[in-house]
Amino acid sequence: MSVLLSARDLRLAFGGLKAADGIDLDVEGGEFLAIIGPNGAGKTTFINMTTGYLKPQGGSIRFDGQPILGLSPRRIVALGIARSFQLPQLFTEHTVLQNVALAVAAREGRLSLVAPLLRRAFRDEAEELIGRFGLSGVAQARADALNEGTRKLVDIAMAVALRPRLIMMDEPTSGVAASEKMAIVETLVRVLRGAGVTAVFVEHDMDVVGRFADRVAVWGQGRIAALGPPREILNDPEVQRTVIGIVPAGGVHAPA
Amino acid sequence: MSRRAETLLALAGAALVLGLAYAVPWLRFVLTIALAKGLAVLGILLLLRAGQVSFGHALYLALAAYAVAFGTAVVPEALLLVPAAGLLAGLVGLVIGLFVVRYREIFFGMLNLALSMVFYSVLEKFYAITHGADGIRLGPVTFLGLPLAGETAEWTVLGLALVLVLGFGALLRVALASPWGEALAGIKTRETRLDFMGVSPKRVLLIAYVASAGMAGCGGALIALTTRHVTPALAYWTTSGELVFIAILGGAGSVLGPFLGAAAYELTRVYAAALVANAWQAVLGIVLLCVIVFAPGGLWGLIARRRRAA
Repeated sequence: MSVLLSARDLRLAFGGLKAADGIDLDVEGGEFLAIIGPNGAGKTTFINMTTGYLKPQGGSIRFDGQPILGLSPRRIVALGIARSFQLPQLFTEHTVLQNVALAVAAREGRLSLVAPLLRRAFRDEAEELIGRFGLSGVAQARADALNEGTRKLVDIAMAVALRPRLIMMDEPTSGVAASEKMAIVETLVRVLRGAGVTAVFVEHDMDVVGRFADRVAVWGQGRIAALGPPREILNDPEVQRTVIGIVPAGGVHAPA
Repeated sequence: MSRRAETLLALAGAALVLGLAYAVPWLRFVLTIALAKGLAVLGILLLLRAGQVSFGHALYLALAAYAVAFGTAVVPEALLLVPAAGLLAGLVGLVIGLFVVRYREIFFGMLNLALSMVFYSVLEKFYAITHGADGIRLGPVTFLGLPLAGETAEWTVLGLALVLVLGFGALLRVALASPWGEALAGIKTRETRLDFMGVSPKRVLLIAYVASAGMAGCGGALIALTTRHVTPALAYWTTSGELVFIAILGGAGSVLGPFLGAAAYELTRVYAAALVANAWQAVLGIVLLCVIVFAPGGLWGLIARRRRAA
């Protein structure tokens, strides 16, 4: 497999806090890479730097061989990197269908001034995608009337509607009820695999990581402390002490 | 409300305007001004969709009105003057828009206010050209080459206003339901998401801004043709405030709201001024307070709610 995303020596400090202190990471095409680590380790910062929201003070990022550092979020989306958010960023006064259809329309390029948003092509594609996420029942619900878990899925559906080659998800399962978590992640993985999307996701739930990640990167103080297959990483005593140690015994899920 | 119901309401409204103008001749002037202001408010509604309030759109109103006033000396044809004035307002809107769409909320509102007051000062101070506070009178105007005067002029400008109102209203109705219109509304609720969908919120807002300037310009041109005398008061901030006032009064839920609001505003003003000459502003203020407290969707919201209940 070829390298899709390649970060080299990324550096970014907020005052004295080093959110990225020499990040080197290659993401292979087609893999699911989980990022774990304590709060404040720089996990979200990495997503923000990759998607153009934050500009690193040093280093380089290449996507499919092309340097993307310093490009605007819009340019980066156009190249094929989409993201979802820790706090879902939905158009709250619109329905789920309108939210996803708008993402479909946005992907199609120039936003038409005359064709209706819910014209057949956009609506059909949006409805089909909403169905794949198992959300058909709430398609007509307003986005601000949904529970957190559903909003997370809609947020991700909007990113998938952009047909990215790489999707970066910031805590896709935080806020999702524990009883629904596995079902939701299974749906998510099925959709992403079906679409052939490479995924990088920040995750606090080690069950989810163990079950769905191909590789795990452990973040610590702006650095990658460990990188490898889940079986190896999750059983590493050092990782267990620094990262998984924050999960109370008994398998209770870590808070968001 | 369905497109059909809104179309029928719009046509019924137009018929009502014509009927009233026929039955009560002095209302012709009031109704034409109401339609002209409604056109400008339609532009305000567009910006409201994005959650932005401009306290400076009188700039475009006055710019176009003065353009018509000066234009009569060169080309007296109303059918050329109105589109030309609207286009000029749209072009100036493009130049100013490139700058102001970078700002949001209070900064957006105040920047527009500041720029409109600069224009007001120019109109006031460059006496040699603009005749300052005295303003300037329009020269003779023609319509399809025929001189416009007296009752014919009143009917012609009213008809022109109705055509523009129905045309822009229908256009906007379509645009607001398009992906662009939905993205515009998205600026209000989640602007950053647009960026991460590859859409430039600034560009989306710029289109709305240029359109709003153009519509305010058409409104200003109609006002000039109706009053036949333009003064810097057209550019004063109270005129801008009036447009926002009418937008809230009418409601932002439909393209019909601005015209409902403008008619209610002008009629309240006329009757309140006749009944309580010294306190008509107070009457308007109380009306607006009642609308904000009891009908946050404006007059249009009241109608839409009743229809839903029925």
